[in-house]
Amino acid sequence: MGDRWSRCNNCRRILYKQDILDNLYVCPACGFHFRISAKKRLELLYDNGEYKLYDKNISSMDALGFKDSKDYSDRLKEQRKKTSLKDAVLNAEGFMGGIKVLISAMDFSFMGGSMGSVVGEKVTRAFERALDEKIPVIVVSCSGGARMQEGVLSLMQMMKTSSAIGRLDQAGIPYISVITDPTTGGTTASYAMLGDINIAEPNALIGFAGPRVIEQTIKEKLPKGFQRAEFLLEHGMLDDVVERKNLRSYLICALRVFLNLAS
Amino acid sequence: MGKNKDYYQIEKNIQGYKKEIDRLEEEEDTDKERVKKLRDSIKKEWEKIRPQLTALQFVQIARHPDRPYTLDYIEAMINDFLEFHGDRRSGDDPAIVAGFGTYRGRTAAIIGHQKGRKTRERIARNFGQPNPEGFRKALRIMKLAEKYGHPVVTFIDTPGAFPGLGAEERGQAEAIAFNLKEISKLKVPIVNIVIGEGGSGGALGIGVGDELLMLENSFYSVISPEGCAAILWKDQSAVSKAAENLRFLADDLVEFGVADKIIKEPPGGAHIDWLKTFSNVDKELEKALKKIEKMSVEERLEKRYQKYRKIGVFGENDEPK
Ligand SMILES: [Zn+2]
Repeated sequence: MGDRWSRCNNCRRILYKQDILDNLYVCPACGFHFRISAKKRLELLYDNGEYKLYDKNISSMDALGFKDSKDYSDRLKEQRKKTSLKDAVLNAEGFMGGIKVLISAMDFSFMGGSMGSVVGEKVTRAFERALDEKIPVIVVSCSGGARMQEGVLSLMQMMKTSSAIGRLDQAGIPYISVITDPTTGGTTASYAMLGDINIAEPNALIGFAGPRVIEQTIKEKLPKGFQRAEFLLEHGMLDDVVERKNLRSYLICALRVFLNLAS
Repeated sequence: MGKNKDYYQIEKNIQGYKKEIDRLEEEEDTDKERVKKLRDSIKKEWEKIRPQLTALQFVQIARHPDRPYTLDYIEAMINDFLEFHGDRRSGDDPAIVAGFGTYRGRTAAIIGHQKGRKTRERIARNFGQPNPEGFRKALRIMKLAEKYGHPVVTFIDTPGAFPGLGAEERGQAEAIAFNLKEISKLKVPIVNIVIGEGGSGGALGIGVGDELLMLENSFYSVISPEGCAAILWKDQSAVSKAAENLRFLADDLVEFGVADKIIKEPPGGAHIDWLKTFSNVDKELEKALKKIEKMSVEERLEKRYQKYRKIGVFGENDEPK
């Protein structure tokens, strides 16, 4: 397919690419929410798309000497080149509806948004910065879970990030979790589920175990819609499912309410 | 999980000696000299075997069906144990045991995964794989310990949180996440002991606190070697390679700042000599508790926060590249 055309992953329609871009990367025909980069996410959420990046020069290292089909260190180099990112999350500060707010936005294109030492560190720093500056913080999750190549170091990032959220609780600092497609494993089982409110985009896959693992365990096909945002809303795990076009205004409204900024 | 045949072959001689010891110890007039000789033989054999074991073989020891499980430790070390049930929300999870008892003169909350020994019990306990109710029950008992000011001891031994349909519906991820956050704030001392298998989020949900002790032949991993082989190598024959790469053994975890202390196992592993295992665990647990009990609440919580805060390896360079 050329530069001008794109096919929707969901309705399979051929679409004019510009129409998708103009529609916040949502299929104009069926409403399917395409995965977007962390950079795009920040642009869509902040006032005038303006923000300042923090913690920019933290990059992963191969602490375990991990080697599957290739060395983890080589994989990291490749990923950095391919994505122009240092790792799978961006930390930013800016304004939303005039309210100063920190956002950590995950990027699935960097090793499936997996959480290793860098993601854990940066998300924790965002929480700690929020605590220091007494400003609200949002994490936009998009992640396949803990990064296997960093072994138990990745697993422990779940505790590191969750502990930082514990401090926000005590200090009365708002933390909102926005969960996007897909978010599974250790990311779901730590900061993604720990928002004061948890909000998801429509149809986002959200779970602990991956659908394939569950199918293998129970030896049957999963019901339609299983582990999708609407399913989680129904089961009490989310506060709401919000379309991308409404997400920014929803978050601003929530922040105003939490911070008692009545207009 | 049942692929331990490989290791049974390796420990064949040791098991032979052990059988003989067990037989002698059943006799009214135990030949103590002979028992001592047999123990020496086990030791010698073990000194030959252990240095050559692969990571996967350590996994097989950690999963050995004859190893002591949580309830065995409780029976050996805890007086007046009262098991409590239920998460007060939807059910009780037999994969996690929780309750109060007396440990060396003080009340303590005891929580641990329980795998089950005979087939029927293994199934009833879901092979030690918790559902959300298990994590929630564990937290409920921890909060109760906090209310009374009692320390918490957890025994870690699980293949992982259960990847089931109902578990997802009832919020497996939320249950684990919430435990992590709440444990980070729990005012009383918490000691975690990995007695066998530290399987990923299922272990983590009750496997964090002030100090983590690991039995010498246990492991604590982000994913099982089987799961890792399937995902990264797409090949079950790569399990051994995955196990080597994951660096999840006790020594590795000390190096990464995750484990604070390795508890020696008797020659041949914990399953060869339960009594010795209990006595080693008992010694290290008491030492760890005493140390943590001495701290003020503020000091303890700050230290707990910093323990996890420091975990991770990354490079940081302020020069934009
Ligand atoms: Zn479509």
